[in-house]
Amino acid sequence: MTLRIGAGSAWWGDRISPAALNAEKGDLDYLCFETMAEATVSAAQVRKRRDPSFPGYDTWLDDRMRAVLPACLERGTKIITNQGWINPDGAAHRIAHWLREFGATGIKVASINGGLITDSVLELTDTILENGHPTSTLQPDLVSAEVYLGAEPIVDALKQGAHIVVSGRVADPSIFMAPMMYEFGWDALDHTRLGRGNGLGHLIECGAQVTGGYFADPGFKDVPRPWDLAFPILEVESDGSAVLTKVKGTGGCINLMTVKEQMFYEVHDPANYLTPDVVVDFTTTQLDQVGPDRVRISNISGKPRTPTLKVSIGCTEGYIGEDMFFYAGPGALRRARLAKQILEERFKLVGLDAEELRIDFLGINAIHGAMTPTDAAEPYEIAVRVAARTKSREEANKIGREIDGMAVSGVGMTGKRVPHQDRTREIIGVWSSLVAREKVHPTITMIES
Amino acid sequence: MRVRLERAAHCRSGDKGNTSNISVIAYAPELYPFLTQQLTAERFRDHYAGVVTGRVTRYEVEGLQALNFVAEGALGGGVSRSLCLDNYGKSLSSRVLAFELDIPDHLAPLLKSP
Repeated sequence: MTLRIGAGSAWWGDRISPAALNAEKGDLDYLCFETMAEATVSAAQVRKRRDPSFPGYDTWLDDRMRAVLPACLERGTKIITNQGWINPDGAAHRIAHWLREFGATGIKVASINGGLITDSVLELTDTILENGHPTSTLQPDLVSAEVYLGAEPIVDALKQGAHIVVSGRVADPSIFMAPMMYEFGWDALDHTRLGRGNGLGHLIECGAQVTGGYFADPGFKDVPRPWDLAFPILEVESDGSAVLTKVKGTGGCINLMTVKEQMFYEVHDPANYLTPDVVVDFTTTQLDQVGPDRVRISNISGKPRTPTLKVSIGCTEGYIGEDMFFYAGPGALRRARLAKQILEERFKLVGLDAEELRIDFLGINAIHGAMTPTDAAEPYEIAVRVAARTKSREEANKIGREIDGMAVSGVGMTGKRVPHQDRTREIIGVWSSLVAREKVHPTITMIES
Repeated sequence: MRVRLERAAHCRSGDKGNTSNISVIAYAPELYPFLTQQLTAERFRDHYAGVVTGRVTRYEVEGLQALNFVAEGALGGGVSRSLCLDNYGKSLSSRVLAFELDIPDHLAPLLKSP
């Protein structure tokens, strides 16, 4: 038996039509969605505090489900998704609503809870991984804490007959491996097969990043029809080897280069990639191009899982104020330099209290900063981009207010944007810690449409 | 011959907290030994001076002709705290394309050109 698993999203803002294409033309057994970034849970908690009507799940849930449910129901494709964010039960009920809208009743939808540990995180964890301080130091600013769950609760939900499983935080590769464990009967401690499965999950968790996205460099790495990229599909065998491919006739490409780039994406030690389910070793991987846009993946290795799970802890950390304005034509750089000097003096006059202040010239050094070669050519156009990190919103607002002042009180030939509202944003800092595996108790709730 | 790394290898960067990882992958197996010899962790760190503030660790994956550099303190405090316009450091890998490599002349046919 070959199991067909397709990607439906790689992050919250991902395109939706490639998910629909995978549902309609991918002949999939499973369609899996990954929709969270590091700060998603904390940002959702902050939003919920301000706006009690915010349901707390993926804001694109309706659009994604409407796009894929009809085809998934017709083919019998099961769906695994982490769109539940801080409200998996609410997401499950919303999905059941859409199932009924499409005339499908009696379909089982499981929600997974138990990963949110905001109330107990300070008791369950000791040390902040990033700086070695006790996690108790985060208490005053704590917003939210969640465990990275593994594939096991999803497998349990499938065993209970779920057709759709919706969770909050689950490690990205585990979302895609859960169907392999369930369908092939892999044991949760079979680190050989789980290493292969989790490695495969890692390769498609970022969607189009393995089918030609985040890849093209004209002349060096050309991508056919890059405006029409498909999301990846795995054809998995019971031994954990697979062919990575995509729907025929779409743009993009799958080759050894795209697979290797994605293999190392967000990986530190390639021989020890830690996940909740297993430690993956990519260094033994065998890759073979077996056809156009078809790469066979075998021999990924695995080692026993660690006794702990990663915890992500979100804290409020202050504010960032930012804005920009523009110069062009002969002398753009000299006017930008004077503008920078004016702003530096103005920030002294208004007593800006910032932890860090950056005034960059976009076109010269706003992206690579101090690495920019000193002999870089002077561009025809420059944006002066100003950003400061502050403790209070009032201080951060000074950035926008001082840039407003540059309109009539600044340098000649200054180009400016229409003043906009999103110049100050709140920072949610994300810290990591570890929790003992046996202290975490995921639960499953089953409803029917 | 001395060439820019962009002709011998491709790269991608990823983010985790305040750490950026940058993979450098040879276009051909014959080019890989010249990457491992010349693009050491120390030279990589020098090449990223001013942005990478912490330790650089290099991992070698010979079977896939890839090096993976893990650069700590490269993302201005982390994605959410960073004042850099490219908060995620998605474009950081492009800097390594300018690193200069010495490649034997007879391998010139393996090099990419725009």
